[in-house]
Amino acid sequence: MPSYVITEKCDGCKGQDKTACMYICPNDLMVLDKEKMKAYNRDPQMCWECMCCVKICPQQAMDVRGYADFMPMGASATPLRGSEDIMWTVKFRDGSVKRFKFPIRTTPEGSADPAGGFGTHDDLNSEALATEPASLGMDAVPTR
Amino acid sequence: MANFETVEVSTDLLILGGGFSGCGAATEAAYWAKKNNLNVVLVDKAALDRSGAVAMGLSAINQYVGIGSGDNTAEEYVQYVRQDLMGISREDLVYNIARHVDGTVHLFEKWGLKIWKDEEGKYVHEGRWQLMINGESYKILIAEAAKNALADCGGEIYERVFIVDPLMDGNKCVGAVGFSTRENKFYVFKAKAVIVGLGGAVHVFRPRSVGEGFGRSWYPPFNSGSSAYFTLQAGAEMTCQEVRFIPVRFKDAYGPVGAWFLLFKSRAISAEGGEYMVVRKEELNNWAPYGLAKPIPANLRNYLGMLDVDAGLGPLYMETHEAIQKLADQYKDDPKAFKKKMKELESEAWEDFLDMTISQAILWASMNVYPEQKHSEIAACEPYFIGSHSGASGAWVSGPEDLDTPYKWGYANMTTADGLFAVGDASGASSHKFSSGSHTEGRIAGKAAVKYIVEKGAEPNVDMAKVEELKTKILKPLDLVEQHKDELTDIEVNTNYIMPRQFLHRLQKIMDEYAGGVSSAFKTSKALLERGLELMVYLQEDADKQGARDLHELMRAWENYQRMWIAESHLRTMLFREETRWPGYYFRSDTPKMDEDNWHCFANCRFDPASGEWEMTKKDVWNMPGV
Repeated sequence: MPSYVITEKCDGCKGQDKTACMYICPNDLMVLDKEKMKAYNRDPQMCWECMCCVKICPQQAMDVRGYADFMPMGASATPLRGSEDIMWTVKFRDGSVKRFKFPIRTTPEGSADPAGGFGTHDDLNSEALATEPASLGMDAVPTR
Repeated sequence: MANFETVEVSTDLLILGGGFSGCGAATEAAYWAKKNNLNVVLVDKAALDRSGAVAMGLSAINQYVGIGSGDNTAEEYVQYVRQDLMGISREDLVYNIARHVDGTVHLFEKWGLKIWKDEEGKYVHEGRWQLMINGESYKILIAEAAKNALADCGGEIYERVFIVDPLMDGNKCVGAVGFSTRENKFYVFKAKAVIVGLGGAVHVFRPRSVGEGFGRSWYPPFNSGSSAYFTLQAGAEMTCQEVRFIPVRFKDAYGPVGAWFLLFKSRAISAEGGEYMVVRKEELNNWAPYGLAKPIPANLRNYLGMLDVDAGLGPLYMETHEAIQKLADQYKDDPKAFKKKMKELESEAWEDFLDMTISQAILWASMNVYPEQKHSEIAACEPYFIGSHSGASGAWVSGPEDLDTPYKWGYANMTTADGLFAVGDASGASSHKFSSGSHTEGRIAGKAAVKYIVEKGAEPNVDMAKVEELKTKILKPLDLVEQHKDELTDIEVNTNYIMPRQFLHRLQKIMDEYAGGVSSAFKTSKALLERGLELMVYLQEDADKQGARDLHELMRAWENYQRMWIAESHLRTMLFREETRWPGYYFRSDTPKMDEDNWHCFANCRFDPASGEWEMTKKDVWNMPGV
């Protein structure tokens, strides 16, 4: 491992030119085997276990098995990421389970306004960045 | 040569790297570019949503000054960084970031980042400068604002393009070249100004785990020293290339300890039970004045723990159960409130890992660790190059225009190469900017670069013969395998090429054993460094004998080149600085003491692309008057 793909669940993102996991992996590790139409991690030793692939997989076909060179077997931390929250199921080696839910954002997806609704100005020569001083909550940018 | 289409992209401003600093640069530059009818292009080796050091998320914002609310001043932040870096910091740069950073955090909140608030609606602090957040989607939010800003100004984003070399016109940067990791395309970006925010470096040193856990670095394995390689090849001056960073974290999975130390007030002890920060307090006198002021610098806290480990007193432990018990004791007369508090603490502790180091949650679960019941092992990680944290490596950049600083030769954050700006881990001696400060530095450079283009921007003069030369050099690993793969029966073992992974192991072995890695207990010396440099010569000669079977391996080969270059600058600068100043980052056994008389200065280096020579120089430290 560490990230792995469940053969039965992976549908190769239905034959599109790239799968969701290939699209997102920050380390370019996920590959689609076009004959089998299944994705796989081409170099588990370079996996950061960031779970970006697990979170984005539309089929929930991916998970992570802890690094075999220092983790005892049998545990997992599985995310289910929605548009506002993420749910985590943490399974212990001893069989116990903990569940957590954390918020991930307070605004609708895609809505981030670069200026954040703060006033902007036109002076390319001032020290004030586009949304300053408004975004600082001050009257002026501090200087010396 | 492998058959690659050459794709030329011309723009006004080229932003390399889509992490926090690159997104900050894009967001700010887009605003000014639109006003001045300029074009902006951003290039990322991965997908903007989850690229860079914050790909996984974060559980805290580590730089928030609180100037507007009167909590702290930017000057106090300058004092804090000066102290943590043992007197060596670019105070003009630190000040510049500190005075703008709160605005960045306020933007993050508007974009949708959930920052913890108390009953009165004030931010919940983890420490004096640190805010607690629900940061699973931190990078997605920052990328979203950058994408929206670029869309608004007609800018473009190129994902899955790996940047290798700068394009130079004399001492002026006029673009960059790289290749797609998805299709056979060689990219030539031509620009009037270039901002480099290509991250720090990991896997220069051999990591503690070398099997499947090879990738479990504290800082991400995809940060390969692209920034340092780029600015060195541009002939730009570098600073603090000796100031690596070694974090002490929960052992092996490298989960964060900040919340445990700062929020939960946990103690760290040796196996004998002694708290090394108390037992070894006297040692701090040897590192005065920095050892005697608060907060004690990160490297000295590391060092006291390392002394315990050297003395055979390991393992070291974080006393999590004790910390939680103490917090819970406050509710001992109210069982209902106690239960509620414990539930809250448990959730906070686990979120700390799940937001930013999921492996640590898996490791605890795999060892049945319930932090309220038993302590957990901590250890010093392998060294990293991360100038945005408590390290300081990066390019030497021009200070802010309105400050009376001696380090000014151009526009804010411009390197000594004309038109080339550095941000985040690419810019040096401005430590402790972390996520919010890196984004802020990107914003500062984004505006400055547009100003540069408006005032000085000329059409880029690109030498296409040089481009062809670079294309041949960059694609060579593919050609080598193609030419020789059938001569032997195993494609990975060949006398004409070596695979990138084996080359990486060779680099890591040199750095680990000669440059003060984990297996050398972070110690080195003149003799070891000189021997390391001798071995580096062979490595450099073999660098263009790396073989690649596909685009992914071609990227791996070039990541290794980049690591090799930052490694050489690191060896040379440690050799140049004849003292030990950051003993918990590296200890020079032949010069074991700090030498304020001779070495209270920056150690800068520059590679001259024309002569192939390295120049080492001392630069004075400027203290902000009255601070």
